[in-house]
Amino acid sequence: MSVDSVFVHKMWNDNELVKMVNGGVPFPMLSDGGGKVGAAFGVYDEDAGVENRGRFIIDPDGVIQAYEVLTPPVGRHVAETLRQIQAFQLVRATGGAEATPSGWKPGKITLKPGPDLVGKVWQVWKTDMESD
Amino acid sequence: MAEKPKAGCARPTGGPVGQKKPAQADDKTQPQEEVKKMIQVGKPAPDFSAPAYHKGDFTSVQLSKFLGKWVVLCFYPGDFTFV
Repeated sequence: MSVDSVFVHKMWNDNELVKMVNGGVPFPMLSDGGGKVGAAFGVYDEDAGVENRGRFIIDPDGVIQAYEVLTPPVGRHVAETLRQIQAFQLVRATGGAEATPSGWKPGKITLKPGPDLVGKVWQVWKTDMESD
Repeated sequence: MAEKPKAGCARPTGGPVGQKKPAQADDKTQPQEEVKKMIQVGKPAPDFSAPAYHKGDFTSVQLSKFLGKWVVLCFYPGDFTFV
């Protein structure tokens, strides 16, 4: 979503993005002329008249589970977004019984918060597991 | 996805959905900025509808139509902005 019109979205997709992604952008490119939606999400820069690089993960109940907002010159990291979605999906599937420690990826251990784990995380989770 | 808007020269518009305009505060000393609601993790995303370009068609998207699915919503400064 940006403040550009759908006409400009079409030109960008059809003339440039289609050369990067086979078949072009597979999801809807939304138009927010005037930045009203961006303002509602806190990413619209009134002085510049454009939106910052905001990324929101919204769950099946319509609840915002995560967001990240960057100023324009730095791009995002799609793999990190996917990792977070997988983590939120796991937490949701367990009804909140499991939590994902720092650096968690699918297949790595989760933690089960509760009285037995208080003060014992060091026994089951090591800092070098963050980046392996 | 939602209904297809009529083709034409008019630039389609959208915006937040279902948000009541804040009632005019009797107390004029209240700065209007404070009426703005902050978005917050763990709280519902503000609903909106917006014109869209999708696979060769002009269409319209409403966030609340995606209830039941995970949604990634991305904002960016503008088409052709490099990164």
